[in-house]
Parts: sequence; structure tokens; C-alpha cells
Amino acid sequence: MEKMSRVTTALSSNAISGRTMFCHLDAPANAISVCRDATQVVVAGRNIFKIYALEEEQFVEKLNLRVGRKPSLNFSCADVMWHQMEENLLATAATNGAVVTWNLGKPSRNKQDQLFTEHKRTVNKVCFHPTEVYMLLSGSQDGFMKCFDLRKKESVSTFSGQSESVRDVQFSMKDYFTFAASFENGNVQLWDIRRPDRYERMFTAHTGPVFCCDWHPDDRGWLATGGRDKMVKVWDMTTNRAKEIYCVQTIASVARVKWRPERKFHLATCSMMVDHNIYVWDIRRPFIPFATFEEHKDVTTGIVWRHQHDPHFLLSGSKDSTLYQHMFKDATRPVDKANPEGLCFGLFGDLAFAAKESLISSDANRKPYPGGDRRYPIFFFKKPDQTEQFAHVSSALSVFETDLDSNRMDWFVKTAQLYLLSGKPFAELCDHNAKVARELKRPQVSTTWTMLRIMFSDPANLTTPGPNHNLSKLGTLPLMNSFSMKEMGSGMGTESRLERSKGESRQDNIHLEPGNMHISNNNEENEETEGSEGQAEYMFGDAELDDDDLYSMEHDNQTEEQEYTLPQEAFQLRHEIMDNPSAPEHLQQDKADSPHVSGNEAEVTCLTPIESFSLISISQPLFSPHLPASFFCPIVREMLSYYAEQGDVQMAVSVLIVLGDRIRKEIDDLTQEHWYMSYIDLLQRFELWNVSNEVIKLSTCSAITCLNQASTTLHINCSNCKRPMSNKGWICDRCHQCASVCAVCHHVVKGLFVWCQGCSHGGHLEHIMNWLKSSTHCPAGCGHLCEYT
Amino acid sequence: GVEVPRALASGPSAFIPAKQVHYNPLTVILDALSVTSIKCLSSVKSQKKTQHALLELDGPLPRHWRHYIAVMAAARHHCSYLVQHHSAGFLEAGGEESWLNGLEYAPTKLRSLQTLNKLLAHRPWLITQQHIQELVCPGVEPRWSLAELIHAVVLMAHAHSLCSFVWGCGLNPEPDHIGGYTFQPPSPSHLPRSPHSPLVDGAMEVEVLMKRMVELQQQQEEEECTQEEMVTRFERERSESIPTAVVRGAPPDLVLRLVEDPEFRYEDFAPRGEQAPPTMRAQDYSWEDHGFSLVNRLLPDMGQLLDEKFQVVSNLTYHRMAMHEGVDTHTLRKALWNYIHCLYGIRYDDYDYGSVNVLLERSLKVFVKTMACHPEQTTTHIYHAFWRHFRHSEKVHANLIVMEARLQAALLYTLRAITHYMR
Repeated sequence: MEKMSRVTTALSSNAISGRTMFCHLDAPANAISVCRDATQVVVAGRNIFKIYALEEEQFVEKLNLRVGRKPSLNFSCADVMWHQMEENLLATAATNGAVVTWNLGKPSRNKQDQLFTEHKRTVNKVCFHPTEVYMLLSGSQDGFMKCFDLRKKESVSTFSGQSESVRDVQFSMKDYFTFAASFENGNVQLWDIRRPDRYERMFTAHTGPVFCCDWHPDDRGWLATGGRDKMVKVWDMTTNRAKEIYCVQTIASVARVKWRPERKFHLATCSMMVDHNIYVWDIRRPFIPFATFEEHKDVTTGIVWRHQHDPHFLLSGSKDSTLYQHMFKDATRPVDKANPEGLCFGLFGDLAFAAKESLISSDANRKPYPGGDRRYPIFFFKKPDQTEQFAHVSSALSVFETDLDSNRMDWFVKTAQLYLLSGKPFAELCDHNAKVARELKRPQVSTTWTMLRIMFSDPANLTTPGPNHNLSKLGTLPLMNSFSMKEMGSGMGTESRLERSKGESRQDNIHLEPGNMHISNNNEENEETEGSEGQAEYMFGDAELDDDDLYSMEHDNQTEEQEYTLPQEAFQLRHEIMDNPSAPEHLQQDKADSPHVSGNEAEVTCLTPIESFSLISISQPLFSPHLPASFFCPIVREMLSYYAEQGDVQMAVSVLIVLGDRIRKEIDDLTQEHWYMSYIDLLQRFELWNVSNEVIKLSTCSAITCLNQASTTLHINCSNCKRPMSNKGWICDRCHQCASVCAVCHHVVKGLFVWCQGCSHGGHLEHIMNWLKSSTHCPAGCGHLCEYT
Repeated sequence: GVEVPRALASGPSAFIPAKQVHYNPLTVILDALSVTSIKCLSSVKSQKKTQHALLELDGPLPRHWRHYIAVMAAARHHCSYLVQHHSAGFLEAGGEESWLNGLEYAPTKLRSLQTLNKLLAHRPWLITQQHIQELVCPGVEPRWSLAELIHAVVLMAHAHSLCSFVWGCGLNPEPDHIGGYTFQPPSPSHLPRSPHSPLVDGAMEVEVLMKRMVELQQQQEEEECTQEEMVTRFERERSESIPTAVVRGAPPDLVLRLVEDPEFRYEDFAPRGEQAPPTMRAQDYSWEDHGFSLVNRLLPDMGQLLDEKFQVVSNLTYHRMAMHEGVDTHTLRKALWNYIHCLYGIRYDDYDYGSVNVLLERSLKVFVKTMACHPEQTTTHIYHAFWRHFRHSEKVHANLIVMEARLQAALLYTLRAITHYMR
């Protein structure tokens, strides 16, 4: 009772004063501890053992306990604890295995009181009983815990963990007889101090060492543990089996864990390696630290709350030889810097979006998600002190569903399977691919292929179009028109322009549509065609059109294609017309035609075979002398990037492969690699292994081709002992038998091994081949009729 | 009669009679081990797993680089067995043959590892934060990433310690290696001479050793020595002059051209008075607490594998000493382990180095020190001189302990330097 009152007076007199401050120590600290009234702190380490007084503005060194010219290893402390009942009593754990107690009331300079050298290895931890003055517990590397009565010369009981070293021991705050011990092998044991023969309970808390544990100061059942596996776990020990109720994942191994006074859900941790910060966690929000102290420059080795009823002061010692007092109000709050929005795609393309409610509430259109409205305040705190808590955040979650069909990727799979990327002349590849695209109702892509063919083909090849050649030309014309016009306009003299427009008129005259004949001058015609320039740009990626437009356009095209099936049948006519000499009437006819074409907006009208054919035959003489293939490279490059940007990396890569050297140098390697990787990734997701492999093979990026060489291992089992053969393929490490012996020559097969699937005998490829030429029976003599095909 | 060329040695191991080593020329050295003592299997398994992970599995370094680094490391100890083994692996992984002609053909980035390799092999305590910085610091060209560096360091340390093992077991190059043994049965003159013949007091030794172990276990509590005494004992062990054997003939050129500064060796600590290299306190930087976390952070899984490896070896025992069964060899193993760490300047506060002196006879110390510090100078004589009544498997066990202890010591120094750099 008296003690209680003293505690409270101490607290009130201390009344939340102080500031964030630090002092330099002479040496790295290993552990710190405060005395009960929170006015002094003891710092212990290999080369330091001092007591500092905590004053308003600074630390003041009170006492150096490390005395003697050459202090013994007993001063080399791994841990220190100040008795919470008896203010003159301290205990230290020494690295040489000694447990030492110190009496500050001693008049001499050397305050050493008792020395216990019962442990054989380093003592990791000492712990006084919270209410019993003379009871001290120690845990050592040798796997033993010892309980000392300070009135006696030696330990009163020894507890054997039956396992590796003890890393921490802690008396329960509430249960008089209970203590917890944590071990290097990941176990935590609970002991009754009266029963040294056997632990009460044991459970595995972590993988790897459990460096620390701490009982909750108020809640009797809660034990927090921290381990090398970077986790802090909170266990409920009141039930039959220890139950993990909270788990916090940190970024480095957890060296110390301490519950925060007066805050049921808060605990402080520091790390043993790499990370120098001290974190205070709200265990209910394990993903982000509640508060962080970032002052230390090296790992923090000891943390302790200054007063057992005051949550605002934290003391810490570190390997950087400093001792800090942290004020909670000065802590960094990571949550303030965290991104309050979240965005995620679902498996089927649904999009979920969570944001602060305040940001989203203005959006009136938002419909509640059928799964229930997900707005909820995440936590409510009863504590009045707002600055101490996480902000009251409530988030709204919206889910946007996608129409499944619109995302179907069938076209992708089909395209991937049907495209030809190599093995035929360039022109045929283009034609084939154009055809594939067209059949999949992707006229734009189809057109692109055809144009590529035109742009990059050797003129000589063009003159000998194959039978399917004609077919494949579908749809080029209008685009070609506009495209070439554009180029011509900038690059060529008026004369050629004129000539060209004539050429066009010739092509266009194939349309047998009767039209108005009034417009007959060249200029006007140019304007007309130039009017369609927009299309050309659209094709090559400059267009401002956005996705939706693009798609709608394609849909339009599809319908139009249908309409134009008829002209395709007018195939025969072409030849006759083509032979016609160009005539003014045709020109005029052409004019009549073009308005019609542009009128339907998606010039893609195109798809008449007639047009393209004539274009090609006529344009040859126009292009070949002036425009080498490289002339188109910048445009093609843009086109490829455009496709890639649009998400059709398939097109980009396919074109890249088909064009090969023609375009490769135009595009920087990184981009290419990036495209390849994306495409291969996509292919593999669709399980198109063959295609992906072909792409890898055909790519010229070294980073890509080497993909084929990874994971080429084939795992086999030994034929004798049936165990996997890890080392060499032909000799078993375990039974030391040569596993694969040729049935013909009886030597070990080190290269290609061929075997019969019927009787599983086999051998060198060549031997088996020869054998089975002359005999039908298995060479091993098993009587099986083997077959070699 | 035509002279048939005959190799000097007569089996996979020059020390262990061929009949005890399952004759299996083409597997890796560890196979020799696995048969020598079946109980070593767990150790072999973890050893192989680590080796496999280091050389084959995912990691920041390309495969042929890994082999080349191992070649560089093995060359430091003139271990032509490993050099050839990894050279083959290097070529198999698509490495360029010219690199093997000398370090100057390798990329600068690999060559920049030379200093670290040298220190790691012979005097790891000299590795400082600066060495790490030179490789990792931004602006350095060619720059190593920390993950790459850790990978390389583990590779090198692993190869160095494996060299100790290879020399310590007297493993001979395989038949397809240069200088490898051949298939001909050894002629009578080549039969290994029986190692036991002249020694009558061998049995006595074992008895004495066992008695001492028991005594040590009992007395440990009673005496309390001053710190000075403890330090003195540590220093005595560390600086005790152990004559290491005759210097061997020059290593094959194949190996030598891969070594830079071949004169750099392990240094005997100067006898008292002179500046001894600083001691590292095991309690301040231990594998369990610090090393593991760092490795695991930078090279996931590797920490786990190494951890397993160390644990397996430190727990390995057959409860047997020479002709006695059911012996707790813990103190002996501990003494060995700590003695090796002591040679590398790592001191355990909670260990009394007096017991090293009691338990490890001089010939054993000669063997251990040679193996740990100058493995290339191991001779048959050294191997046969210690533990004369022990089985070969027990000697191999000692070898294993040396290998792992050495690996851990070298790793600890480097990891500490890296930790300091990261701070």
C-alpha cells in the first residue's frame, strides 16, 4: 500500500516533463534499465556500466560502476536489470557466464554484491521477480535457467530447457509463480518456479531464435514474442493451447519488445540488425508502425519505458554509443505519410478502389457494392488524447466490374497460334498474317501487315504475286492513298504529285460506281485525298483517338466488310479495267468516288481487292526509284510503339520479328527487350508454350534468347534405388551404380539415351538404332518386341 | 617392356587407404566422405544443398561467374582439385575459356574481388568497411551490388574452406584432371604404409584424452580465473608457434596464373609484445544473431542453408572415440571449434581456452592449424601424426569441423564489415 502511494507520488512529481534528449556514452550499450521512480537509468555494455540521472534537460552521469584498472569480464554485460522494488539493487548478466548483483548502498567504490558463476556459457538475460525482493532469474546460452535467492550463495533451482540457448526469461506480471523463457530454437516455455523438473507448457513461437518476450503489464494472459524471423507475435496464454492473437511483421529481426504502459494494444520493438529505428506498433494495425523513433545511427540494443505508468517517455541505448530519451510527441508517424488510396485489379478484370471517404463522397454516382457497403471506421479509440492515436480513418471501397466478354482474349490466342513469324519469304509472311488478322476481324492489323509488305518488299517480288497474293491485298488502298499522299506532299515535287494522283485515279476508277463528274482538277483531288490524312495518322499512332474510338471503329469496319463482300466478287472485272488507259473521265469518276469513301468515315471501306491490286501494280514505278525501304522505318517505328502503347504488344513483336533486320536497328534494344518480355509473359499466361518458345528463339535480343537456356534440367531417378539422381545423370550418388547402361554395348550412356517405352530397356541412340535394324527383339533379351521409329 | 605411366597417389585419397573409400572416381569429393562415415550423411546433404544453391540456383551472379569466383578462391590455396572442378563447371556454364588463362583476361569487375579474396583466404580479420566500400559504393566502377557481393563472399569463403577439407582429406585430383590418379592398381611399392605400426602408446593417448574430457566437465565450476588469466590463455593459444610443415613445391602453373600476390599468406601472430591483430568478440557479432540476418536479408535462403550447415556440423557426433563407444564428445568438438576461431582471432568470453591446451595434443594442433591456415601445406605425415588410434571417419569429422569453423570465421569478419558499411 505504502509502495503504491509512493509510485503515484513519484509520477505526479515527475509530471510529464522532459524532452527528447541524448548523451554520448563512452562505449556501445548492450542493455538499459530504469529504477522504479524513473529518475535514473543504468546503461550496461561490454565496456560500460554507468548510472545516469534523468534531469529535465539532460542526462547526468551519476555513477560509474566499472571500477578497477583492468575490469574483469564480469563487467562485460549482456543484460542489466534494476530491481523494481529495491532501488539499490541491480543485476547484470555477464558474457563470461557470471550473474552479478550490485548494491548501490555499499559505501565502497566497488558496488559488486554477489557473484554467481554457475552458468557455463554467456548469460543472456537476468530478471528480478516483480514483487519478491530476493528472487532473481537468469537464462543462459548453455540452455539452463537458474533461480537465485539473493540471501544464499548459490542458485536455489535450475531449470533445464532441454534445448539450445535461452534468449530471454520474464516473470509474469500477474502470476506469482510463472515465468516464460524463449529459446534459440524457436520455442517458448512456461515454467512454474516451484517445479524445476519440467516445464508447464511449451510451444513453437517462431522459426529461428526467439530473441525476446514480454508479458503484458495489465492483461495477464498476453505474451509478446519477437524473433529472428522478423515477426512480433502476441500469444493468449489463458487458453489450453497458446493461441496467436496478433502478429506484426517487421523488416528486420526483432531484438527487444516492450509493451507500452497504459496503452493496451501498443508495444515497442527494436531490431538486432540493419534497422536502427525503434517502432511502436498498434498490434491491431500490424502493417504500419504507429510511431517511429529514428534518432539512432546504429542498432538499438535496449529499450525501456521510463515509467511503468507513463506512456510518453521511452529510453533507448544503442551500439552507436548514445543514450536517448524519446518524447512520444516527437515521434514520426508513418501513417501520416502513407498513401490513403488503394487500387487493385481482380482476377476477372474487376477493379477495386479504396480511398478516404472524404475524397470519394462527393461522387454521387457511386453505387454501393453488392457485397455490402464497405465504409467503416477502422477503429474507435476510447482515449481522449487524439494525437496519440491513429487518425480516425474510414475508407470507401468501390468495385468496378468489367464485362467479361469485352475482355475476351480469344483473338490473342488465335492470332498467336496462326501467325507465321519465320520460315517463308517476307512477303508471304506478311500476307499470311494479314489474312489471319482479317479473319479475326481485325482489319486495322490486317491492313498494317499488308502495308508493311508493300513498304519493305523488294519490288521485284511484287511483280510476281502468288495466287493468294491478290486476296491478301484486300483493304490496302484507301490507306495507301492517304498515306502516300502525305509523304508525297512533303517529300516530292508537284509533278510527281500530279503523276501520282493520276495513278490514284486510275486505281479508283475501278469502282464502277457512277458518280458526279464535275470535279476535274488535280488540286481538288489532292485536297480530297489529303482530307483523309487523319486516317493515316490514325494508323500510325499519332491519332488523338482514344481507345473507345478505336474499338468502335473496328466494329464499324466489321459491318462494313460485310457490305463490301459483293465487290470482291467483281474480281474478274479488274483485269479489263486495269488495262484501260487513264482518261480524264476516270479522274472525274475518282472524284465522285472519294467523297463516298470519306463519307463513311472509316476509310477502311477499303476492303475491295480490286483497288489494292491496281495500286500496287501502278505504284511500283513510282516508289521504287525514290523510296528505299529504310525510308519507312521511322513510320514503322512509330507504328510499333503505337501498338505497344495500345497494349497490343503481340503486333509489335510479331512485326519486329517478321521485319527482322529491316527495322531492328531503329528501335533501341531495351524497348525491344521490354516488348519481347511482355509478349512472352502474355503467351505463357495463355499457356502458349510453343509460340512463346518460337518467339524466344526468333528474338535477337541476347537477354531473351538466353531464356531458352534456363531451366533445361531434366530430373531423373536412379533405376536401382529409385531415388532422384541429383549430381550426374548417369551415376547414382546413393547406390553408386551406373544407372543408365546401354543394353547393346553395356557401357554407361552419357549422352543421348533412348529407351523402349514397352520394356524400358535402352541405350545409346546409335546402338539401339542399329540393333533394331537387324532384330526386332529387345537387345536386353527380355523378349519384348521393341520398335524403333 | 614399355613403362606404363603411373600416378603417384593410389586412390581418391592419398591419406585414407583406398579400401575404406568407396572407389568412385567421378563424383565430387563429398562422396568419398559419405561412405567413409555414414553418419556424416546429414552433413554431406546440407553441404551439397548449400553448394548446389550457391552454384546453380537463383542468385544475383551469372552461373559462369560463380564458378570463376570459386576457381579464383580455390587457386589461393593451390587446390588444383577444386580449381579443375570449377573450371570444368565454368566452361560448362558457358564461360569463356580464355579467362582461365589468367586473371587479366577476366572482366575488371571480377578482378576487383582479388583483394577481398586474398584477405578472406588468409587474414579475414583485416577486412574492413573500406574494402566493402571500394566495391559497393556508388560511383565505383565496376560496382557490385550488396547482394552480388554477399553471394561472391559466401562463394569464396565456401571454396576456401572446401580447400581445407580437400587438402585435409588428401583428396586427389580425379582421373580426368591433370595429375589425376589412374585406374592401374598401385604397385606394391606404392601401397600405403600402415600408419599405426610404430606407435605403441596410441591407445594410451585415447585413454588420457578421455579422462581429461571427463575431468574438464566436472571441474568447470570450481575455478574462477581472473580476466588476465583468460586473456593470456586465449593469446597463448592464438600465438603458440606451431611449425607448419615444409613448403610444398610450386603449385602447377594452371593454378598459379589465377593467383595475384601469391606470397600473401596466413600470418603467424607475432609472439608477445608486438601488436596483435584485434580480437573479435563472439558475443558482439555472432552468426546466430547478426550474420544470419544479414545474409538472409541480402540472399534469401542462403542464410537458412548456412545456418543448417553450421548446426549439423556442430551437433554431429557418433558418441564414439577410437575404440570407445558412448562418449560425449561435446567438449572435444567445442575445443576444436573454438581453437580454430581462436586462430582467426575470434574469442568467446565464456570459454576457457585452457581446455584447448588440455584436450588438443600438439600433433592435432599442427594438423588443425595447417588445415585452417595453410591447407596447401598439409602432408601425409601431419595427417597420420594425430589421433593415431582414431578411425579415418573421426579424422574426417575433425576435418569437417575445421571446414565449417573456418567458413564461419571468415564469413563473420566479412559480414561485420558489411554491417558497418551499411550503417
